[in-house]
Amino acid sequence: MITAQIALFLILAAVAVAGALSLILQRHPIHSALSLIVVMVALAGLYLLQGAEFVAAVQIIVYAGAIMVVFIFVIMLLNAGEEERSNFSKLARFVGVPLGVVFLAEVAYWIGRATSHLGSVPAQTVSTRDLSTLLFREYVFPFELTSFLILIALLGALVLARREESE
Amino acid sequence: MVPTSYYLVLSAVLFGLGVVAFIFKRNILTVFMSIELMLNAVNLAFVTFSRSLGQLQGQVFVLFVIVVAAAESAVGLAIIILIHRNRGTLDVEKVDTLKD
Amino acid sequence: MNELAAQHPLVFIVVPKVLILLFLLLTSLAYLTWFERKVVAHIQSRWGPYRVGPHGLMQPLADGLKFLFKEDTTPAAADKFAYFLAPFLALSLAITSIAVIPFGPQDLTIFGQSTPMGITNLNIGLLILFAITSMGVYGVALAGWSSNSKYPLLGGLRSSAQMVSYELTLTMSVVGVVLMAGTFNLSEIVTAQQSFYWGIIPRWNVIGAPLPQILGFLLFFTAAVAETNRAPFDLAEAESELVAGFHTEYSSFKFAMFFMAEYASMITVSCLATILFFGGWLSPFPQTPFYAWTHFIPAAFFALAGLALIVHGVRYITLWGRVVLPILGLVLCGLGILCGQPGVREFVQGPFWFLLKIVVVLFVYVWTRGTLPRFRYDQLMNFGWKVLLPLSIVNVVITSLAIVMTQR
Repeated sequence: MITAQIALFLILAAVAVAGALSLILQRHPIHSALSLIVVMVALAGLYLLQGAEFVAAVQIIVYAGAIMVVFIFVIMLLNAGEEERSNFSKLARFVGVPLGVVFLAEVAYWIGRATSHLGSVPAQTVSTRDLSTLLFREYVFPFELTSFLILIALLGALVLARREESE
Repeated sequence: MVPTSYYLVLSAVLFGLGVVAFIFKRNILTVFMSIELMLNAVNLAFVTFSRSLGQLQGQVFVLFVIVVAAAESAVGLAIIILIHRNRGTLDVEKVDTLKD
Repeated sequence: MNELAAQHPLVFIVVPKVLILLFLLLTSLAYLTWFERKVVAHIQSRWGPYRVGPHGLMQPLADGLKFLFKEDTTPAAADKFAYFLAPFLALSLAITSIAVIPFGPQDLTIFGQSTPMGITNLNIGLLILFAITSMGVYGVALAGWSSNSKYPLLGGLRSSAQMVSYELTLTMSVVGVVLMAGTFNLSEIVTAQQSFYWGIIPRWNVIGAPLPQILGFLLFFTAAVAETNRAPFDLAEAESELVAGFHTEYSSFKFAMFFMAEYASMITVSCLATILFFGGWLSPFPQTPFYAWTHFIPAAFFALAGLALIVHGVRYITLWGRVVLPILGLVLCGLGILCGQPGVREFVQGPFWFLLKIVVVLFVYVWTRGTLPRFRYDQLMNFGWKVLLPLSIVNVVITSLAIVMTQR
């Protein structure tokens, strides 16, 4: 019985998998980056479908709107060109890829079987207030540590990417 | 009402595709993007379990994963810029001067 | 009809609202360009568009037709997919952000179903607006890169670096408002500003307790001007700088899409500024019976505007103007009388004050464009990172201090 929720899930899941496949199959890194952005937006839609609205908004603002922008900047600045094709041996192409697909399908099937006992839970919208209460009461120490982490990463990236001053 | 196992299967498939991209792509930037794809698949599993078990810790952890991914991609991209500056290439198969 | 609407709310309620709002948005976009050209011209002691229709009112139509009929070129070595995607992305994101903005207080009843006055009322409306804004960087970056030419690439990189930098200040400057209102829901942020001090002064966030968000508003407005690539922060697309920046290689309709995206995001940011800082659709007068005469202000406004237009129109130079302007004036007078009727009067209060405040904010936008000189790129980035961002963090800190102290 295809309800609206299952239909929406199938559409978003298809978009996400198509984006991931496009990441693998595209030759130019900028097209791979655009496919990854599509995957992230589809995942944000899936988070919304499950009621995690704050996480969905943070996913788009931070992941798709900031991290991928840095990726695209680096691709543009380094002028990354299309990549060359790896030389697959005949064995790899005609036996390996179908076997890989079969393996992936089998893993997916067994995960589906193993977790089907969890049933389905109706999606309740999680209020940001509850999430932030949890974040700032029980997890305030990791939260402050992540601010240090970001500071260290910022300084590290700055020092690493700086050009040497010529005398 | 979407069964929980559907989300977990999708998460597994995305993770698998991320691993495939990590192994088979030659451009270092695409390899790095496949790491982000794997992290996203794991985030989906976290949110799914958070809803299925009725606890919010999963979503808090997703926020931490996103923050750590941001920090890691900043440093990783700086290293990639250095590799390009020093070796002149972005191809992982060509950065092999330690090979005999 | 009501039963049909109850069963298929998407088709019968949401789609008409979307179509009406889309039509209104696109028309106001076109006339915003006219408004800007007239205001900037008057600042510069000239008249602006005057000949295409009476007072240049047909100028947007002429511009639109011109864009449609120009030759649509594509650079030979351009990346086709990204080249076609960039303007489409910019325009669709800019127009989508209108969906979460509430235009009025009460719920409309269309076909027996009660819906909010606005397309939707999300619990995280403010965050969704920022999410859409942060995706807008891609339109600029991809446009600059895909044109495969040095000026657009430099302009695109500079412009997207500027947008990303000022996005931080934009989001931090509204944290004070969110702290005071306690929610991300835009309708609730407006209703939290509903009371009046001493019966007269409205409790808008810009002058409200516990801390007037004046600094927040100034930071928000500056960051918004930089975020929408408008003067004085329009280095990346000004003609005397990098040719035309990231949209150099775009012609005809694709260029028009970038153009429309810029004005649409201007309108969105003005709507957001009025909702967050100036009380949205709340009237500046208290809603007590003593002030019941203020409910006639929309009617009086439209009627006077119509009369002024009639009186001016009959003495206009061209014959066409002598016919069209008085007719427009009569339409406005009719609208004014309609707004005075008892049923419509209550309905039109919210949207009228909202639109009036948006027009004032847009006027300030255009005023700054006509008055201030342009920033240089390094001055711009210095200003964004070293002045605005610390000030917005200071704003968050003192707002939280004020809230904690007044709650004690």
